[in-house]
Amino acid sequence: MKTVDEIADAMFKMVSDATGLKKLKPTDLSKAMIETFGDDCDKKLCKAAIRELVNSGKLVYTYFGGSFLELPHREGAAND
Amino acid sequence: MADALPKTPMLDELEKGPWPSFVKEIKMAAKRSPMSKDLLGLLEQSYNEKIGHWKHGGIVGVMGYGGGIIGRYTDLPEKYPGVSHFHTMRINQPAGWYYTSDILRKICDIWEKRGSGLTNMHGSTGDIILLGTRTEELEPIFKELGELDFDLGGSGSDVRTPSCCCGMSRCEWACYDTMAVTYDLTQTFQDELHRPAFPYKFKFKMSGCPNDCVASIARSDMSIIGTWRDEIQIDQDAVREYADKGMNIMRDVVGNCPSKCMDFDGKEISIENSYCVRCMHCINVMPKALRPGKDRGATILLGSKAPIVEGALLSSVIIPFIKMEPPYQEIKDMVERIWDLWCEEGKARERVGEFIQRVGMGNFLEECEIDIVPEMVAHPRENPYVFYEEFYEEDDGDDEEEG
Repeated sequence: MKTVDEIADAMFKMVSDATGLKKLKPTDLSKAMIETFGDDCDKKLCKAAIRELVNSGKLVYTYFGGSFLELPHREGAAND
Repeated sequence: MADALPKTPMLDELEKGPWPSFVKEIKMAAKRSPMSKDLLGLLEQSYNEKIGHWKHGGIVGVMGYGGGIIGRYTDLPEKYPGVSHFHTMRINQPAGWYYTSDILRKICDIWEKRGSGLTNMHGSTGDIILLGTRTEELEPIFKELGELDFDLGGSGSDVRTPSCCCGMSRCEWACYDTMAVTYDLTQTFQDELHRPAFPYKFKFKMSGCPNDCVASIARSDMSIIGTWRDEIQIDQDAVREYADKGMNIMRDVVGNCPSKCMDFDGKEISIENSYCVRCMHCINVMPKALRPGKDRGATILLGSKAPIVEGALLSSVIIPFIKMEPPYQEIKDMVERIWDLWCEEGKARERVGEFIQRVGMGNFLEECEIDIVPEMVAHPRENPYVFYEEFYEEDDGDDEEEG
């Protein structure tokens, strides 16, 4: 079985690679991890990895008609 | 505040009449709050131009959470700097909306200090809605509310804050403890409430009896509505008392029974309970004479929603009767199975009711390991998406295909 950190790293890379191209939902990440790591990964592990990424501030939740996970950035709508 | 309030002839129209007015409340708040003052000006401009001047903020929130904050910025920040940031906070309300006056004062103190001072008690999901604050105030407000044992509610594609009627705390018709179930589900599904991971929102609402005072059958993805499976309790002496005092029982009670399961012979009421559809009409009209049965529990329904992406839906029965006893594990396990399927197969922004319509109720129930039972439908052959395969011979299908 993979560790939470290993899954979190793989998820972070996936979000980084997709930045500017596609917004990814938490389920997109979980499905991709289970597809990549097979029996070495499950939904519970993915949940824990997402929690770690968000609690550490490496990723943030965003809402644009649906909820996504993205790298922290200044949003276009924000006023200074 | 020394500055006069902006002139708002359009908004002033909404102060007329005998009903409460949000304009009046904003004006009261504007005497102390620059945010509320600028809000008045911005709203007046929007009403004149027939154009909204809000931008949706999709990122603002508190560390670790994906829900509970709805970002708002105006597109006229130079003209109305007070509402340059005007984020909404959703706060998880106590089950049944019970507060002490002391705690309400403390919430208001925090909000007057760090926000606009404007609140909406309560939003359609049931949360305490705090309207209008700046990004830098979100974490301090979250911390201070946490010290009062309040947490953020749900927003986005997550479990929305579960809500319920006042249940057994004030209502004699409650067939289960709605407040206990609401608290339990809220605690159990904290991760799903704060970390959005669904195709779209998912709402729980708990009603203690079929009167459904929180309208769960129309407003929640999962409606848990109290019911009973034995006989309506009848006090025939009280029935005669109603008749003696002039109630026309035949016209107002028996005649209004939707399933025609009642009769009154001038002295006693009789009920054919197997035909009763739990509409509550007779019990509501004769509360001293009729009461729900003693074997109580709940009906679980799934799939209602307001019209956003698709049209409005009412919930469909998936569990006709279940005893509501802690720790409610059977319900939680079923909810997990429903979420697993919906997350796996649901499209973005597809509510679970729409998902059921797309895949078919029969397929949905089968995948979620929920047994199909006749009590799911009101009348035979009413529901076209449930098939009882054991009643069909194999040849029947072949004939149909050939035809």
